[in-house]
Amino acid sequence: MITVAGQRLPRHGVWMGAIWLVLTAISVPLIVFVLGPHLPPGRMTAEASDQTSANIVLTALLFPLLLLVVVVFSYSLVAFRQTGAAVEDGPPLRGHGPTQATWLVFTGVTVIALAVWGSYTLVQTARGAGGGQGPSPTDLPKGHQTRMQIQVLGQQWEWTFRYPTLGDFETRQLALPVNRVTEFHVTSLDITHSFWAYGLGVKADAVPGVDNIAFVTPKRTGKFTVRCAELCGLWHGHMYRTGYVMSQSDFMSWASQQKAADAANVHDLPPYSRTYFPKPQHRAG
Amino acid sequence: MVTRVSGVVLGVAVGAALIAYYVVGYLMATPPVVAATGRAPAQLTLQTVASFGHSPHPDWVSYLAKNPAGKWVHSTILRVPAHSVVNVTIYQYDTATGLRNPFWSLPEGIIGGTMTVDGKPLKYLNPDLASHTFAIPDLGVTVPLKGVPDNAKNQCSAAPCTLAQAHTTVTFSFRTGKRGTYRWQCFVPCAAGFILGFGGPMQTLGWMDGLLQVV
Amino acid sequence: MPVEATATDQRPLWQGVVGFNLLTGLLLGIGGFFLGAWIGGQIAVGHDYLLGTDQNDVGLFMGYLFGTIGWLAGLGFFNYPLGRMAGRPASLRHHEFGGVGRYFRLCTDHKVVGIQYFFGVGIFFFIGGLNAMLMRTELLRPTEHAWSAGNYITLVGLHGTMMIMMTSAFIVGPFANFLLPLMIGARRLAFPRIEALTFWLTPLAGLVLMSAIARGGFATGWTGYAPLADEARAGQDAYIYAFIIIGISLTLLGVNLLATVITMRAPGLTWSRLPIFVWAVLSTSILMALAAPVLVAAMLMSVMDRAANSGYYIASQGGSPYLYENLFWFFGHPEVYILALPGFGIVLEILPVFARKPLWGYRLAVAGMLGVTLLSFMVWQHHLFVSGMNSSLRPFYMFTTELISIPTGFIFLNGMGTLWRGRIRFTVPMLFALAFFFNFLIGGLSGVFLSDVPSDVTTHGSYFVMAHFHYTIMGGLVFAFFAATYYWLPKMLGVVLNERLARIHFWLMFIFFNLTFFPLFAAGFIGMPRRVSTYAPGLQGLNDFVSAFAFVLGFSMLIFLANLVYSLVFARIPAEENPWQSKGLEWQVPTPVPVMNFERIPVVNTTPYEYGVEGAPPVATLAPGAVAAAGS
Repeated sequence: MITVAGQRLPRHGVWMGAIWLVLTAISVPLIVFVLGPHLPPGRMTAEASDQTSANIVLTALLFPLLLLVVVVFSYSLVAFRQTGAAVEDGPPLRGHGPTQATWLVFTGVTVIALAVWGSYTLVQTARGAGGGQGPSPTDLPKGHQTRMQIQVLGQQWEWTFRYPTLGDFETRQLALPVNRVTEFHVTSLDITHSFWAYGLGVKADAVPGVDNIAFVTPKRTGKFTVRCAELCGLWHGHMYRTGYVMSQSDFMSWASQQKAADAANVHDLPPYSRTYFPKPQHRAG
Repeated sequence: MVTRVSGVVLGVAVGAALIAYYVVGYLMATPPVVAATGRAPAQLTLQTVASFGHSPHPDWVSYLAKNPAGKWVHSTILRVPAHSVVNVTIYQYDTATGLRNPFWSLPEGIIGGTMTVDGKPLKYLNPDLASHTFAIPDLGVTVPLKGVPDNAKNQCSAAPCTLAQAHTTVTFSFRTGKRGTYRWQCFVPCAAGFILGFGGPMQTLGWMDGLLQVV
Repeated sequence: MPVEATATDQRPLWQGVVGFNLLTGLLLGIGGFFLGAWIGGQIAVGHDYLLGTDQNDVGLFMGYLFGTIGWLAGLGFFNYPLGRMAGRPASLRHHEFGGVGRYFRLCTDHKVVGIQYFFGVGIFFFIGGLNAMLMRTELLRPTEHAWSAGNYITLVGLHGTMMIMMTSAFIVGPFANFLLPLMIGARRLAFPRIEALTFWLTPLAGLVLMSAIARGGFATGWTGYAPLADEARAGQDAYIYAFIIIGISLTLLGVNLLATVITMRAPGLTWSRLPIFVWAVLSTSILMALAAPVLVAAMLMSVMDRAANSGYYIASQGGSPYLYENLFWFFGHPEVYILALPGFGIVLEILPVFARKPLWGYRLAVAGMLGVTLLSFMVWQHHLFVSGMNSSLRPFYMFTTELISIPTGFIFLNGMGTLWRGRIRFTVPMLFALAFFFNFLIGGLSGVFLSDVPSDVTTHGSYFVMAHFHYTIMGGLVFAFFAATYYWLPKMLGVVLNERLARIHFWLMFIFFNLTFFPLFAAGFIGMPRRVSTYAPGLQGLNDFVSAFAFVLGFSMLIFLANLVYSLVFARIPAEENPWQSKGLEWQVPTPVPVMNFERIPVVNTTPYEYGVEGAPPVATLAPGAVAAAGS
């Protein structure tokens, strides 16, 4: 008999707890070490790393909770089922204060801890976790002073990108330098889209009239995909590109290539601005 | 009682069948496929009209395609051969609207980087003169189409338009790669009357958006 | 004095067809639509912003408005108010037809309205399900092959709106209307005519929504984001108008149910003896009454933007798309709790009956539901974490969203406690109720991922969100709906549903539901966005499996339909009065339930969960006058 504070614990409770402990002990290391490295979005950038860590911690914390409820339910369905055709009543248990209090405290603490830790990831590590922060971002990453600015223009139904500090050219291709903060200014020329660079861990809605800023600090070179994550009409699923993270020197030569390719067009582009209201906006075409 | 309930069930079943027929009819309605003429090089001939002039949407702008028999078909589903050169001729009958993003007036993805407009080679078009574009973003093809001047005489108001009416002719070529189905669209906000110019025909297959089947 | 229905099965058929009924409603509605469209055309002539579109939004909205007036007039909703204005005496309920004809008319018998809701909303649920099957057909290949891209988006939108808009009252409609008065010992809801109105507005909204197909569909999905909504074709007007009608219907329903629960409980039914389902309906009604009006406001502004060229949501005209997003989600988040809370009530109502124990932690359950209700108004910006909202607000909404999982978790403790040392019988309603817990657990925990902002940046707008809300809404609401159906249909319709078909339905549905939606968490993690008909080629295998499983899931629904038709039309085995030996008050009345529910208003003695209590009195004294007269 297991006794806690002078009170005998019920046999079924002990069994449930034991099963749960064993399953948790097996699953949590599996989650953290085997599944963890495969959780999205990967470790290509610092922000993506934040998100991946968040995903690992959340999975490792919530899976035991799932196991707890599943174990209790499954055990109960087996142990407490009605055998035979008779319809008997069970004991009139209406509640148990200590159990309810324990549950409340336990779930409360878990959730509040998650909220606090999530805020910490956002604010203290000062990166904003790759999410769009609007025109006045509060979470500025380290190395912000030497950031590369790239404007992401969403339009129906393609992404184009402007590089205001490199000659203000516009291109359909996206490239970033590695090991340097990139500040995305995401806006839209018509309706709401959402700029989702999967491998970079960046997601920011492209809203007309709004300059939505998101930061990313790539740590590795490589490819990533860009998608639209907000339904924007007919070819929403086709707003799909591949972007590249390059070394500094590769990036600079790429930029001058793009600038040359866009040379005929640059003087026709509107001057760089945080938001645009290009015509036609009104109804009469 | 049984007859009444059975009657209700039957009525509902009939109603459901009618609804299903209607809905599936709507869903299955797609424009016909128009194949390019010949192969290596294949020839695509298209025209853009300012207003379609017939039901269901007489006021909408639209593309039409010429099938190998020489007839103009109201469709934007085009079929071209893979791994070959495709020559495209577009008869452009609409007036200029101008591009919302002038970036799209830079021709890309076409052989030689040059398009021929009314017989003269052109490497770049002033964005304000663009009436429509023919763009296949996944193949990297973007071509702005020059508009007819606003004061031109004998403008076309109903499809299909004839060569006697005011138009500009744009020709260019591009190469296709492997097989697949690619979307193509116009980037000029030319859907008059819809806010931002991108509603109506700009969001409907068979009008200003289409599919390119590379087979 | 309320009037009893007379047995009128001998009435000739033509008399049943003529008069104010669904047919007249349809005819007058269609007539009204054309009249309104014509009037709208006259108003809007000459406005240059309408040129070139050949879609007259003013005409359409006027058409729908007049169509609504025609529909309601045809059903007879204006008869009583006009009669009163002409001096006729007041009456609570009017003379009702008997037989099947009642279900196609304005009927103030709450039981009839419940059945009307069951079938009326059920039809749209099945249409939405059909749309889902069509969507999954398209997703068998990475490029568009079955339906064109534009049609696919309309399918997505119709599926979403059918399932959320139309089935907002999936449980509250049939079961609260039918059972609430029985559970609280009343003869009716507080406002019987408004009750009938809330029902008849629902098929109207459904028909308006379906008419979107004739106008080119709508391109925004169920969320209707401006400014895409402003750009979209005429079908968008149908969507907007249908949502306005449903918003009005939900508001009225919420107010009606609130008034009933607060004022019409039988003597002896104190708040602590209220069945947990009634508490769930109370919480849901608060949400409906307070949140639905905000939706109507948001939609009215969309109407103005489309028809009158205003700029509420257009940035270049001084408005903001954020206005729409915030207004919509201020409604939208309570809306998902409108969908989920009745499910909680159902399963907590069913578990005690089949575990033969009182509901464990009754006060905790009530606190949970009320806590969810309160907090659901404070979390809506978690749908907008990456939208460019003020970033300093994100920790606050992350906190409130995490908090809301605490009261939601209480329900699970209640379930575990009720099962503890019970005598569990695995009847079909019990199976569905248990499946609810399993599904909602997964759905709820995936919600915790979404509430954490860094994790939300990974998964917002992807299939992970899809899997989350399908687990909570379908795994929750729909499973609870079927639990309630199998549990209460013997009382509501008086027939026994075939047991074998029911079990096949359950197992197919449960297994294939999980097989369909669990892989979608992975699809979202791998990076597949929502509402796309084209995806990365490497995901085709996953999508093919999901589609195949989804087809079997759809097939399981057909088994339910077959069961329904077979049991109602052919087998017609009459049900016992209390087949589940439940102690609930609604089971103490005869089957079929008499028109006036109770001979005399009962006096409630205890909670309906007095299982295992030696010498417990019955839940209520049904004929209190007779007992008093009999002595003591």
